[in-house]
Amino acid sequence: MQTVDLAKSTLRELNHALHNIKGGSNETAWEVVNPKGSHSVAVGVDAPVTVDVRGSVGYYCGGMNSEATITVHGSVGPGVGENMMSGAIFVKGDASQYAGATGRGGLLVIEGNASSRCGISMKGIDIVVHGNIGHMSAFMAQSGNLVVLGDAGDALGDSIYEARLFVRGTVKSLGADCIEKEMRPEHVDLLSGLLDKAGVTGVKPEEFKRYGSARTLYNFNIDNADAY
Amino acid sequence: MTYKNPPTTPRKSATFDDYTMSEIRRAAATGIYDIRGGGAKRKVPHFDDLLFLGASISRYPLEGYRERCDTSVVLGGRHAKKPIELKIPITIAGMSFGSLSGPAKEALGRGATLAGTSTTTGDGGMTEEERGHSQTLVYQYLPSRYGMNPRDLRRADAIEIVVGQGAKPGGGGMLLGQKISDRVAEMRTLPKGIDQRSACRHPDWTGPDDLEIKILELREITDWEKPIYIKIGGARPYYDTALAVKAGADVVVLDGMQGGTAATQEVFIEHVGQPTLACIRPAVQALQDLGMHRKVQLVVSGGIRNGADVAKALALGADAVSIGTAALVALGDNDPHWEEEYNKLGTTAGAYDDWHEGKDPAGITTQDPELMKRVDPIAAGRRLANYLKVMTLETQTIARACGKNHVHNLEPEDLCALTLEAAAMAGVPLAGTSWIPGKGGF
Repeated sequence: MQTVDLAKSTLRELNHALHNIKGGSNETAWEVVNPKGSHSVAVGVDAPVTVDVRGSVGYYCGGMNSEATITVHGSVGPGVGENMMSGAIFVKGDASQYAGATGRGGLLVIEGNASSRCGISMKGIDIVVHGNIGHMSAFMAQSGNLVVLGDAGDALGDSIYEARLFVRGTVKSLGADCIEKEMRPEHVDLLSGLLDKAGVTGVKPEEFKRYGSARTLYNFNIDNADAY
Repeated sequence: MTYKNPPTTPRKSATFDDYTMSEIRRAAATGIYDIRGGGAKRKVPHFDDLLFLGASISRYPLEGYRERCDTSVVLGGRHAKKPIELKIPITIAGMSFGSLSGPAKEALGRGATLAGTSTTTGDGGMTEEERGHSQTLVYQYLPSRYGMNPRDLRRADAIEIVVGQGAKPGGGGMLLGQKISDRVAEMRTLPKGIDQRSACRHPDWTGPDDLEIKILELREITDWEKPIYIKIGGARPYYDTALAVKAGADVVVLDGMQGGTAATQEVFIEHVGQPTLACIRPAVQALQDLGMHRKVQLVVSGGIRNGADVAKALALGADAVSIGTAALVALGDNDPHWEEEYNKLGTTAGAYDDWHEGKDPAGITTQDPELMKRVDPIAAGRRLANYLKVMTLETQTIARACGKNHVHNLEPEDLCALTLEAAAMAGVPLAGTSWIPGKGGF
């Protein structure tokens, strides 16, 4: 286990070390202690390693992650896992705004609640939130899956493209061009797999409703102008 | 001769002129606002309204072609381990693959590289064509984040965070269905053929304090190697420049309203943002007030056409300029050679601006496989390089005439203005007077 103490090392030293893990290295287990709300912890990692962050962090933890499995034993600030490509990020606490923004792949699991704009502009990432999500989540979501075990706030999926949204609780309101869709067997299978990957137990896919794009705003029509 | 019922000459309204009335009829018939490419077409105060004074008894000139006049520029030395070093103070502005064809992007890379300068990606990600053919490539970080990935971030030479652009400060990208080909759709993770309106705000930061944290993240991901530019539209140049510096930018790119766009509403292009000439002095003032002039570089774009424009922008305090529209013209955009085809599209060479329709006869603003074959990237790249070198020589000619051994030594004191408006905006005296409107009298 490689331990980096952010009370003694700089953020730059931490990220530099994580970027310089060579292929075949046996330094595959990393631990970060005393993060104390630091921004940009473990960003741009590009190796199949594990990083355990012991405490809460600030903005953009795990940003642009590839291959690494990052676990935050605390809460995260805005933009956790932004634009992540692959790998996994597990947050034991809550997440602030824009969790998983523009993420292109991999899995982001938030065991607490996520704030507004969760999954904004998501482009292929899978996001599983055990608790609730805030308003304007999945805004302009292009691709990927957002799974919410709790409730969703206002304007869910506004201007959504082809992302799939699964919500177990209530949805306060749907955004422009987002509608409830039928849960077909392939969606039940997909959701079941996502719940497994996220370590969720005791919850059935059939308890969820599916939401996605009505595709009425894909090509401009002046008679839809009041939707904007 | 009779004075009974003399006829009056038919008179058209200055307010409801032919263009205005045609636009009302068009809107009424189609129910869609007018979308077009390019920058502001209206006449605004510009570099043509300034003149250089040249040498005199008190200022002696340098010998043309014999005495050296340096044109090199270093961008990004404030924080980056690897600043950008350019031979000339003219760069190629961000233009997207998607908006432009692959061969056009390749030609921009080839031309810029031959001339010793940089080119820039756009709202569609980085293509192999442009990375492969651009010695120095600036990677734009846009609200849409289409195609954004850490590999491209690391193989870029600099990162440009786009906050705004001159054609549409406050507007996002737009690419209509005709141009969303399979390749463009895949790069942007979008369904083929939809009208794509990309976001106007970044998805994961709001305001200058967040921007500072975002810059920290990008620096950490790239191990503090890459210069980070911030591109702003000509909205509030003093405060935007000051806030960009505060957020940690290495370079500020400032784009006035004549700067082009691939496609946006005509009403946006013509009615939002300030002319390039009006933006430079406030931005330079902000840098000077912060003690950062020449430490954080200022790159100015929007309507740069020749070496005189370059020299004037530098004299007002810019470190470099950037060209987009002019570079496309050098590649062959709006060339009279295609006049017959422009006529078929209901326009004429020089006025063609329906770039969003993807039918560009010159093969530049299109994704049509047949049309794009009309751009020979090697020949078009050579033309761009020639044009860049001519502009550089022109800039040097003026600088030598003003007695400068580096183009950065040009200064506002070398200029006068032909109009009151230009004098006020550029902060230089009206020709024949020592009067700078707005200075000292209020």
